Amino acid sequence: MPKLTIDGIEIEVEKGTSVLQACEQLGIEIPRFCFHDRLSVPANCRMCLVEMERSPKPIASCAMPAGDGMVIHTNSDVVHKARKGVMEFLLINHPLDCPICDQGGECDLQDQAMAYGFDRSRFAENKRAVKEKYLGPLIKTFMTRCIHCTRCIRFADEIAGVPELGATGRSEHMEIGTYIEKAITTELSGNMIDICPVGALTSKPYAFSARPWELKRTETIDVMDAVGSNIRVDSRGGEVMRTLPRLHEAINEEWISDKTRFAYDGLRRQRLDRPYVRRDGKLEQATWPEAFGAIAEAMEGLEGSAMAAIAGDLCDVEAMYALKGLMASVGSPNIDCRQDGAKLQPDVRASYLFNTGIAGIEEADAILIVGSNPRWEAAMVNARIRKRWLQGGLKVGVIGPQVDLTYRYDYLGAGPDTLKALADGSIEFAETLKSAKKPMLILGQGALTRDDGGQVLAATRAVADGFGMVKDGWNGFNVLHTAAARVGGLDIGFVPGEGGRDVAGILAGAGEGAIKLVWLLGADEIDSSALSNAFVIYQGHHGDRGAHAADVILPGAAYPEKNGTYVNTEGRVQHAKMAVFPPGDAREDWTILRAFSQQIGKALPFDDLHQLRRKLAEDHPVFAEIDRLHPAEWQPFGNDGEMGSAVFASPIETFYMTDPISRASITMAKCLDEIEGRAAAE
Amino acid sequence: MLRDEDRVFTNLYGWEDWGLAGARARGVWSNTKDLVAMGREKIISEVKESGLRGRGGAGFPTGIKWSFMPKETDPDRPSYLVINADESEPGACKDRDIMRFDPHRLIEGALVSSFALGAHACYIYIRGEFYNEASHIQVAIDEAYEAGLLGKNAADSGWDFDLYLHRGAGAYICGEETALLESLEGKKGQPRNKPPFPAGAGLYSCPTTVNNVETIAVVPEILRRGGLWFSSFGRPKNEGIKLYSISGHVAQPCNIEEAMGIPLRELIDRHAGGVRGGWDNLKAVIPGGASTPMIPRDACETALMDFDGLKELQSGLGTGSVIVMDQSTDVIYAIARLSYFYMDESCGQCTPCREGTGWMWRVMQRMVKGNAEVEEIDMLLEVTKEVEGHTICAHGDAAAWPIQGLIRHFRPEMEQRIRDYRDRVHARGAQPIAAE
Amino acid sequence: MSFGTPAPEDQQPDHFEFTAENLERARKIIAKYPEGRQQSAVLPLLDIAQRQNDNWLPRAAMDYVADLLEIPRIRAYEVASFYTMFNKAPVGRHLIMVCTTTPCWLCGSDDVLRAIEDKTGLRPGQNGDDGMFSVVEVECAGACVNAPMVQINDDYYEDLNYDRMVTLIDELKDGKTPTVGSQTGRHGSQAQAGPTSLLDRRPPDVVAAASED
Repeated sequence: MPKLTIDGIEIEVEKGTSVLQACEQLGIEIPRFCFHDRLSVPANCRMCLVEMERSPKPIASCAMPAGDGMVIHTNSDVVHKARKGVMEFLLINHPLDCPICDQGGECDLQDQAMAYGFDRSRFAENKRAVKEKYLGPLIKTFMTRCIHCTRCIRFADEIAGVPELGATGRSEHMEIGTYIEKAITTELSGNMIDICPVGALTSKPYAFSARPWELKRTETIDVMDAVGSNIRVDSRGGEVMRTLPRLHEAINEEWISDKTRFAYDGLRRQRLDRPYVRRDGKLEQATWPEAFGAIAEAMEGLEGSAMAAIAGDLCDVEAMYALKGLMASVGSPNIDCRQDGAKLQPDVRASYLFNTGIAGIEEADAILIVGSNPRWEAAMVNARIRKRWLQGGLKVGVIGPQVDLTYRYDYLGAGPDTLKALADGSIEFAETLKSAKKPMLILGQGALTRDDGGQVLAATRAVADGFGMVKDGWNGFNVLHTAAARVGGLDIGFVPGEGGRDVAGILAGAGEGAIKLVWLLGADEIDSSALSNAFVIYQGHHGDRGAHAADVILPGAAYPEKNGTYVNTEGRVQHAKMAVFPPGDAREDWTILRAFSQQIGKALPFDDLHQLRRKLAEDHPVFAEIDRLHPAEWQPFGNDGEMGSAVFASPIETFYMTDPISRASITMAKCLDEIEGRAAAE
Repeated sequence: MLRDEDRVFTNLYGWEDWGLAGARARGVWSNTKDLVAMGREKIISEVKESGLRGRGGAGFPTGIKWSFMPKETDPDRPSYLVINADESEPGACKDRDIMRFDPHRLIEGALVSSFALGAHACYIYIRGEFYNEASHIQVAIDEAYEAGLLGKNAADSGWDFDLYLHRGAGAYICGEETALLESLEGKKGQPRNKPPFPAGAGLYSCPTTVNNVETIAVVPEILRRGGLWFSSFGRPKNEGIKLYSISGHVAQPCNIEEAMGIPLRELIDRHAGGVRGGWDNLKAVIPGGASTPMIPRDACETALMDFDGLKELQSGLGTGSVIVMDQSTDVIYAIARLSYFYMDESCGQCTPCREGTGWMWRVMQRMVKGNAEVEEIDMLLEVTKEVEGHTICAHGDAAAWPIQGLIRHFRPEMEQRIRDYRDRVHARGAQPIAAE
Repeated sequence: MSFGTPAPEDQQPDHFEFTAENLERARKIIAKYPEGRQQSAVLPLLDIAQRQNDNWLPRAAMDYVADLLEIPRIRAYEVASFYTMFNKAPVGRHLIMVCTTTPCWLCGSDDVLRAIEDKTGLRPGQNGDDGMFSVVEVECAGACVNAPMVQINDDYYEDLNYDRMVTLIDELKDGKTPTVGSQTGRHGSQAQAGPTSLLDRRPPDVVAAASED
């Protein structure tokens, strides 16, 4: 471990630590633009120059490994002169347009110019102007502001795995861009906006809509997929203005996907902001008592077995827990949270979790992906696999859809036959798995939502056992969910009770007339036309598929409008926080259910969120701890029998539209058109 | 004056056959096997003893540079010699003559040097514009393979050695050794941060030594005649003989091989036919290629053409490329044109160089006209100091030094230019403006 | 000032591929570099592509080379735009590259430019309508002792002045092949009036020229 002296203080650091990082460990601030913790180190901005004794020139502290006996000065005349000089050079061609720049107020250049710059310009020449670039519907460019730090290029190359950005030309004419006009084809592009230290790359949808100091910041959880990315929702008044990532090393590090970041405009469109009741075949606005009255009336005299409830993909655990309680109180066993019909059961938690954990991917040395396109289903999980892949020594095999995952993999085959061949060792990848120290498999919903999903589950479990994926301190069996609500739903047992019907059974029952009343809690991904004979209550936030089939609409809250619990695909319990109020008459979902239960005289046993959560944790102890992972017990699961022969398909047809919010988002529609559409056309 | 029998580059002017037969007649390949048989240690110590310093401009002692290479070779990380034939420094045109008129001397040097470095493969990176020079080298390489001088058991030395020619495509910065390596790897020629140095992680992250053409080409002759022969020329720490290029306002511009430390005046008067219009018509000399600061006539009287001699005059030997300017020269323009060169050739990677070279050129452009304030001369000098020493590679320094040299020696002329401009503008009745 | 700005879309061919001969040449070049380091071949391959395509490099050719070497296309664009010898737009049959850096300027490169403009009407950065000439100013070409000089396509023409440049263009216009190298007939970079070294090795014409003086 090298020991060096920085500003007279001796410090011992890990081998491989840069001088800049060593300075940081001492709390000494080193200004920088190009350096970023998670990217390679080009040392091109030269802002981090420090003085090193016995070196004739100041050194770039970001690129210099700390060495034994080094003597560093960060506060000397040489350093001040270097910083001032670099700052001046960065500013001579940078427009002084901060008042009309969206980066204003959160700009590294602005901040560092205040701290290290001159108070005036000596540059008497014309400033450089650079032509705008088109990078797609999400990133707005103002390339004259670019300081050529190349963070965006390195992000695209290294993190996103889409080498489409470059620095073309040379000298002061060097420009950052794609050279040929095209949208960047990555679902992680928004992160480039975050890492751009100036206003060269800003958010197109957010353009000129707010200043950072006007915004209320709420730290919460994303629900656009089952990753549970930690986000910050910035709001002004009742409106969500933007969504940004929040650091969580074990989940999303400091990145988020473009759907997480940009689908928020969907929160403003097609909202259910008051109750509706169908009268004479038409949905009409109603009051809460009228809506509740209509439901109570429809329930009147119905057997429990004639009622059913389906929970959708974006539901918070509290709402599902309340709905489950309500259905139990009316004697209905017909509840299901598996809209997609996944053959997952709540009894063995390890059977439906991403047991390795997202961060655990970094320890794996072989990964088998079955029936999943993780790039679309869980972009942050895919980014983690790529990160691991870049470190070297990782082999990936894929059974299922063959798509560009941003890392190299062995394509093994399309369906169950390949899985069988792998299990009996007749394909080469079996050797890779056998010799791996920490092999893991990722099982997508595309392999589980089929009729033979239970058999696939059993077969993959056998593969996990057969290749030593589950052993002391390592569980390499992973189910990758796509719905933010799913694990929570399974955790509380939102599945059919004794003799109850699952989603398919409910739909069939409604057609046959056996099911007369269906409560849809944000359930939009089912064939709701099959419910036309039943009385349908849709409780949710968007006028999407489910609402169209409804007889009564109860306006609920979308994720930034409520305090809710979500469990991500790893089984990590997290709390989302209310950033803004639900629009109009809409209410937080569990309160709607609590109020209705009162109306029919079966009041649920909690009066506030605190009580509800305490009950929840009593019934299901996993909810007692927030943001912790505990290994789930490895027990038998899956169904006996033969798998079919149909190939595995990803459950996601398009990355940008997977749920009522992203379907309502204009930004997502543009992405679909300009990114996926054009990529497909090429 | 250097005696002809001490000259290495005996076909410097292309009077003789440049092919294998001609080369053999000049003694090239005469005892290559014996040179290799000296062994790595002996070769390196002989080169150290010769006092040979890199001829590409920086002047790092060659033997010491070679000793940084790993002694044991790891098969996964083979060692490389890369020969820098990207001769692009304004004023320099000496390597070109080695390559077009005596390519086998370079090839023989490549073999012997690579052996000393433990390298079985060597790349010659030649600037793309040198198309005909490249074809001479390629023909010579083909001849050498044909004659068993390259390839398995090259020249019967017992050493397997492959030599490849790689053409650049127009970028001065690729003469910087790490930019050259980037370019050779198929990327833009953007210099790397150091450390790591090429000897640790160079071409394809393998141990690599990068040497100039002339440096490598003289190695066999040093070994044949002994390090002491080479070091008998010149002054301590500045030993040997080298090629000089004399261009600009001389009666007979030429390349010439001479001893290190030859007086500048002797070089010009004896070999280049003197300054156009006589010595008194001399205004200034850029003594070592474009990046070395100019020196005025007075200093030229006594200047010695070696590393220390020119360092004393706040300039440098560089590549030994003498650019002579007579009294008719607009020295401000001469330097402004170099500022443009350094701006245009900046790789654009790091801030001070990318932004600073453009700024310096623009101010220099105004200085040429006199359209500036006298105080801006100081500001310009300060800008050069903000670039100097703050960049990834030496390009920033190279851009700064010529301007510093100009201001150091010709400040009164710059000030006069500004006053004249002002007078002209006043005469026209307009207001002076700082910029346009 | 060079042909560095990509040609407009309507001049860009849709398709490019190497001729069989060039593909073979490319494969040989790729083999010069170690396994997995085929990216090293990008400069020479772009050069071949440019030679195949009338001395300019369309985007389709960059794409083709990138695909052939299995590197991201943007890497080929970066390289093609970084190095000045790649012409990103069509150029004339004779691309005249005039060095105007200080050593050539000292020796009269302004006269050379003037001669070119007088004879072809072209200034640096311009293409002739007849497709015969293009002119571009370049940085030091490394023939300073033989300044001023121009490079036309692959060849250097040295020791120029106004009249010699005029003659050179006339010869090209007449479809002749001018002598490459010094236009005053001197050998390489020897002193014009007679070398001061290696006197015993002088060829007869150099001896004769020296005795005339």
